[in-house]
Amino acid sequence: MPTKLSARFCSFVLSLFLIAFALPAFAGPFEDAVAKFANDDYSDTDEAIGAVASSGNKLAFPIISALQDGRLMADPDTKKVYVTGTDGKSIDAATGEPVASVPDSANAVRLNNRLRRSVDAALGSLTLQSPDLGARLQAAQSVFKSHEETALEAVESALAKESNKSAKTALGEARAAILLFKSDATEVQKLEAVATIKARGDQDALALLSDIGTDQPASVAKAATSAIGSIQNTLAVWSTVQNAWYGLSLGSVLLLAAIGLAITFGVMGVINMAHGEMVMLGAYTTFVVQEVIRTRYPTLFDYSLLIAVPLAFLVAGAIGVLIERSIIRFLYGRPLETLLATWGLSLVLQQAVRTMFGPTNREVGNPSWMSGAFELGQITITYNRLWILCFTLAVFVILLAMLRYTALGLEMRAVTQNRRMAASMGIATSRVDALTFGLGSGIAGIAGVALSQIDNVSPNLGQSYIIDSFMVVVFGGVGNLWGTLVGAFTLGIANKFLEPVAGAVLGKIAILVLIILFIQKRPRGLFALKGRAVEA
Amino acid sequence: MTPHMLTRSLDRGAAIFLMVVAACGILIPLSNLLLPTGSFLQVPTYLVALWGKYVCYAILALSIDLIWGYCGILSLGHGAFFALGGYAMGMYLMRQIGTRGVYGNPILPDFMVFLNWQKLPWYWYGFDMFWFAALMVLVVPGLLAFCFGWLAFRSRVTGVYLSIITQAMTYALLLAFFRNDFGFGGNNGLTDFKDILGFNVQAEGTRAALFALSCLALIFSFLICRSVVSSKLGKVLIAIRDAESRSRFLGYRVESYKLFVFTLSACMAGVAGALYVPQVGIINPSEFAPGNSIEAVIWVAVGGRGTLVGAALGAIVVNYAKTFFTSGVLAPYWLFMLGALFILVTLLLPKGIVGTFSAWRESTRERRPAATSASAAAEDGITEPNMAE
Repeated sequence: MPTKLSARFCSFVLSLFLIAFALPAFAGPFEDAVAKFANDDYSDTDEAIGAVASSGNKLAFPIISALQDGRLMADPDTKKVYVTGTDGKSIDAATGEPVASVPDSANAVRLNNRLRRSVDAALGSLTLQSPDLGARLQAAQSVFKSHEETALEAVESALAKESNKSAKTALGEARAAILLFKSDATEVQKLEAVATIKARGDQDALALLSDIGTDQPASVAKAATSAIGSIQNTLAVWSTVQNAWYGLSLGSVLLLAAIGLAITFGVMGVINMAHGEMVMLGAYTTFVVQEVIRTRYPTLFDYSLLIAVPLAFLVAGAIGVLIERSIIRFLYGRPLETLLATWGLSLVLQQAVRTMFGPTNREVGNPSWMSGAFELGQITITYNRLWILCFTLAVFVILLAMLRYTALGLEMRAVTQNRRMAASMGIATSRVDALTFGLGSGIAGIAGVALSQIDNVSPNLGQSYIIDSFMVVVFGGVGNLWGTLVGAFTLGIANKFLEPVAGAVLGKIAILVLIILFIQKRPRGLFALKGRAVEA
Repeated sequence: MTPHMLTRSLDRGAAIFLMVVAACGILIPLSNLLLPTGSFLQVPTYLVALWGKYVCYAILALSIDLIWGYCGILSLGHGAFFALGGYAMGMYLMRQIGTRGVYGNPILPDFMVFLNWQKLPWYWYGFDMFWFAALMVLVVPGLLAFCFGWLAFRSRVTGVYLSIITQAMTYALLLAFFRNDFGFGGNNGLTDFKDILGFNVQAEGTRAALFALSCLALIFSFLICRSVVSSKLGKVLIAIRDAESRSRFLGYRVESYKLFVFTLSACMAGVAGALYVPQVGIINPSEFAPGNSIEAVIWVAVGGRGTLVGAALGAIVVNYAKTFFTSGVLAPYWLFMLGALFILVTLLLPKGIVGTFSAWRESTRERRPAATSASAAAEDGITEPNMAE
């Protein structure tokens, strides 16, 4: 069988000539091959697939794809084969001439699983020379996976013509895959093939090398084993890198959500349970901004987030100041009551948003510069996650600079360290409190802008972040932004490294338990403020 | 306001409270069972079950008041102890279904058959016996509270930090119980109960008996709390609430006191949960939701923290309001009302209904300025180091 087929392949060039010059009526090898479909015999069909695919005839692709879809009709009496198009029109498969109707005696050519694989391989090699780069890469990839010997000729001729670098690499890998499984390939060819596949170094390469079988020469088997080992090592490194990236991404989200909480808690000792709702308000601000832009100024859509950030800061910040002046200011010194009052407030805000915008998710679009992804080695990095990480770090740095270099920052630090002494030094602590609360809420608002890009914008958006934010603040320690940074990234990365081992939910439970235990060890968090004040 | 006066007035309030609960516990079941259906004074069965639910909530509120009102421990995870007690009872009720389940398996509950489990997990052993389940209702929440409190109080986790980690605890349990492979019915929880101690759970007589039992449990819980807070131990608890470090410097082992009262409170919450489940007919992981625990705290705040009677009253009043408003045209506004209740009570009624009422009566009767009692109450909350520094 292989010799018969390879003999057929040797006539590849010849058949090209024949088809170029032959009259349609002339019964050439292509027509013979097509006629074999009508024999209703699986091995004949297999031969026909190989012959048609390697013929180079422009009808080859329609015939094989019709075969795949069950649209290839064969008449066993007249040995005529027809292709029924998806539009219902039919052509004669051998000549390509339209026919009025397919005779009733014609039946669809039958396939079994083995033949379906041949069909897939044939289609793969047929698209190897497609003008579309994406199709070529995909075809090379499917040949790589199927490594059918029949595709070798097609791959080699495509390789000779290929000018694109990545397509060339893909075709080279496909060729290597075929050669590795070809029984009559030389040992040198096979060793080269192993090296090429090893250079590819991904899961597919690993799978391919793992099932080369036992009938390989000893040197090839040894090379394959060592290649498997090295690919596994590379993959382990990449999966660690990927977990770390996911962890950083989750950490940046946690940091963004928690950073405002850290400020209000650190300076005022107030646990703001309505913090999550400030995040939600920021997300809804983004939604409203996008709605206005969509209806009035569609060209500005890419700038919608840039417009939403300051607006969200103002909206959430103003509401924060309002809350501080109307509720929290009366509850200083009673942190547990503050917790309850702000919880009530969060219920009111949620219900208000639910009444205004409805209980369902609202759609917030990604601007073009935030959608899509790029490949870095073996991992995929989406632009929105990358931008959120950058944005978070930018917010963090700006906030740090603000606390360090501005007058308000100085006053805030003074109040954090010793409220009474700061008041004695002439700092208007109540004004600082109001501004701090406004600042914390405003940052929650811009966190909402970022989170609207990766999460559902619904009235419950804030609730899903509030417990995590608390954990970050408590873990990192109060009154120190660096603590929050370290806390957020530690929790994010720990979570993502636990997930593959324990599963998402168990990983989260484990993190919660670990934090509860950690608090026993350091009741004031990782970076606690040092002081000599005695508790009540 | 002298301590003598305080005890006397509370005692009168307590006596009235106990008499009302006892009267309800006797009269409501009797009226439900003996009077003809539809007559003016007959209490319909659905109301018996509903009020039974309120009584269970009242026990939970009492347990929270014991630690928050008298010891300053604000637990935002007490719903977890309530739910654990409920699950222990639910497991007993599941085992009682026997072959009457959908799949008719004599040992395995339906959800395990559905998940294709072959064998009962070890932690389900023994729950076919009522005494064992009843013991677990106390032991499981108590043990969790003991371990949790032992760790937390020993390393002096106080104030909002403690509140947050109790919230984390109930959140972790919520996530765990949502999992199917955890063995507690996952998302759907435990339901479709048939019998309790051989009596049909749905029957009117059983419901009335459960209601009477709940009232009895409320009375007992109240008496236990009362005896704890009026003993010398209770005085130390109040001292810890008002000045923890000072109590420690005076030589009291603050951790042991807190641990005792926290564990006791968790056991009470467990009993409340166990009585709640057969009356409601279902227990599922949503009982662990952090929001439920916080809501239970607001019952206590509404009724008056540190008054015991107020906690029970608050639970019943708030839940009655919830039933009333969520079933009518006002349903979309219930969350506004609940939220406003949180804010207004903490801002305007820091002592709750009962606390405000007794303060008002003191001031009018004795013709003494209310300033002393007001300032005493205002100090209650100042236990947080951040502001005291």
